[in-house]
Amino acid sequence: MTLLASLELFDIIFYFFAFVTIVSAAVVVFSRNIVHSAFSLMFTFFGVAALYVMLNADFIAVTQVLVYVGGILVLLLFGVMLTTKVISVEMKTGTLQTLPASILVAVLAGTLCGIFWITDWLTPVARNAELPATTSSGIGRALMTTYLLPFEVASVVLLVAMLGAAMIARRERKR
Amino acid sequence: MMASYIPLILMLAAGMFLAIVLLKLHQWLGPHRPNDEKTSTYESGMEPIRSARERFSVKYYMVAVLFILFDIEVIFLYPWAVNFRALGLFGYVEMVIFITILFIGYFYILRKGALKWD
Repeated sequence: MTLLASLELFDIIFYFFAFVTIVSAAVVVFSRNIVHSAFSLMFTFFGVAALYVMLNADFIAVTQVLVYVGGILVLLLFGVMLTTKVISVEMKTGTLQTLPASILVAVLAGTLCGIFWITDWLTPVARNAELPATTSSGIGRALMTTYLLPFEVASVVLLVAMLGAAMIARRERKR
Repeated sequence: MMASYIPLILMLAAGMFLAIVLLKLHQWLGPHRPNDEKTSTYESGMEPIRSARERFSVKYYMVAVLFILFDIEVIFLYPWAVNFRALGLFGYVEMVIFITILFIGYFYILRKGALKWD
């Protein structure tokens, strides 16, 4: 009885966050105001973070909030503010490739549906018994031993990104 | 497992509730008598010169880009810090290498003047 009750609560929370994610994502796509789109993206990111939590991926959820909500979104907002017109942007492309676009969308949707049917889905509740409560310690151990090279390569990738940012800044100063 | 997130959910809910209530409460309770002076943009008592809806300098974008890079660095520090005792000196040396590579980039952008605001 208690298991059933907790299951139902779990489902309610899941559907709530799924609803928040999908609706805010729809606002991002369909809103005419680019600032509304950018702010709606925040709710999408938070919803995705909550879904990560429900998948027992707490470290990825924290990363999602720190990097996407804290960083990428700020970057996006600055990007919006750098555009000439903030309020009413004509968001239409000159060319409208209906046929290639629909073929591409059909192929993509077919692939996703195929994977969706083939994959042997495990519900988070079923996985709870065999997984530890927190994942960050396991991720840390794997990152420091088995996946040491990718870890150090990541620092080089970050270094390259930093150098690229410095190059952009220097070009700005010359003008 | 979900039970450990209940405090987090409660805090999120309380935060959102407070924000919405405090924003709406003054609208309902406070007197609402606008005039031209009150509705004009507040600029520390100065006359507003022009619209605030302007293009921002690319410098803000630069700071945001650098912030994300160091943000990701912190993400890598976090799982290491959790296992700091278990990994011992070996993990410490690994992290020193990681940070050193990033510090090369940090000093490069410092020398290039990417963090200067002028």
